[in-house]
Amino acid sequence: MYTQSLDTDPLANDPKEVSDKRELELKKRISEGYVVEPRDDMPERYRKTLIRQMSQHAHSEVVGMLPEGNWILRAPTLKRKSILLAKVQDEAGHGLYLYSATETLGVSRDALYEDLLQGRAKYSSIFNYPTLNWADVGVIGWLVDGAAIMNQIPLTQCSYGPYARAMVRICKEESFHQRQGFDLLNEMMQGTQKQKDMVQDAVDRWWWPALMMFGPEDSDSIHSEESKAWGIKKKTNDELRQTFIDVTVPQAETLGVTLPDPQLKWNETREHYDFGKIDWNEFWRVVSGSGPCNKDRIGVKKKAWEEGAWVREAAMAHAMKSKGR
Amino acid sequence: MKDNSLDVMEMPLFEVFIRSANGLEHRHVGSLHAADAEMAITNARDVYVRRNEGVSIWVVPSESITASDPADKEMLFEPMKDKIYRHPTFYNLPEGVQNI
Ligand SMILES: [Fe+2]
Ligand SMILES: [Fe+2]
Repeated sequence: MYTQSLDTDPLANDPKEVSDKRELELKKRISEGYVVEPRDDMPERYRKTLIRQMSQHAHSEVVGMLPEGNWILRAPTLKRKSILLAKVQDEAGHGLYLYSATETLGVSRDALYEDLLQGRAKYSSIFNYPTLNWADVGVIGWLVDGAAIMNQIPLTQCSYGPYARAMVRICKEESFHQRQGFDLLNEMMQGTQKQKDMVQDAVDRWWWPALMMFGPEDSDSIHSEESKAWGIKKKTNDELRQTFIDVTVPQAETLGVTLPDPQLKWNETREHYDFGKIDWNEFWRVVSGSGPCNKDRIGVKKKAWEEGAWVREAAMAHAMKSKGR
Repeated sequence: MKDNSLDVMEMPLFEVFIRSANGLEHRHVGSLHAADAEMAITNARDVYVRRNEGVSIWVVPSESITASDPADKEMLFEPMKDKIYRHPTFYNLPEGVQNI
């Protein structure tokens, strides 16, 4: 998965001072390491915050299969095709772990999925970009899964048990995703000039969208504080983004590609890389539905759901009939 | 698509338990939807056992599970807290006593 902070809190309009005693109590217990489990008494605001974040996360995994799925039939070798199939299947699994964890909060799977199909739900902005050449598959593994891992590792410690456990499983699988991507790119970088150019082209297109995966800057992120107080988020968007940049720059050097940011430079005093300004207008455009592939992504999911209806109906009919026998 | 079209179709929920190796107990790993138990086993294989995580799968219809009410926590579990004499650490042994 791919968690991303998106600013669409259904409770955003609630007056801030509504956080009643019960909420404060839970926040305090959470800060002391308390883990909440399904059916435990929980304030509605906590439950809603979890449903929002977890379902967006699940949707992101599921939509995240599409950009890479685009290349399964065109993978250059059987080895790469097998790897890509396994990777995409993992993302389906991630979606399912997360949907089932979200259902423990008392929402139905179909209601969650309907939100996605009707375009009411948000998912990570990154998957609304097209995969234009084979190197995109490698760059997605390296940068997109890499950013996802950065986002997800702290979530293995989050305050809601089923979410934390799903994240443990997911994180174990994600490191394969990132490595296969890096390996793919590394192989292409040993190849012809044309192959090297493909890698550079893919890096140029995905770098900034990958940085946007961490969500808006802390100063613009209405959710960060709330999620942090609930123990659902452990690090802020800016902290995670900085760590990602710091670990990725040396990897790019090893690979032999340049990152498309002239302001990217090691800062001795901060002991971090400085980086250029992110185009937040683009981010908001893509999140709110006007990215290059938004319509297509949802269109594909809708089509699959509708065309699979007869299969689900037949399976249910068969199950009923066998039961009656 | 009708707005309620999905609800009509929702397949039952199953809880999935996996034995990771012989010698260990089955452990709850999550849940999934399937038309029947047989499909639940097949789905569980694809969702929860993609990397040799197990050698045996149990699926149980979620509605068949009766869980204790979290509100009864005090009644059910608190009384055990003050029965410290049920633990060996409650007892002080004279110095030199061994193998006990
Ligand atoms: Fe994933
Ligand atoms: Fe992944």
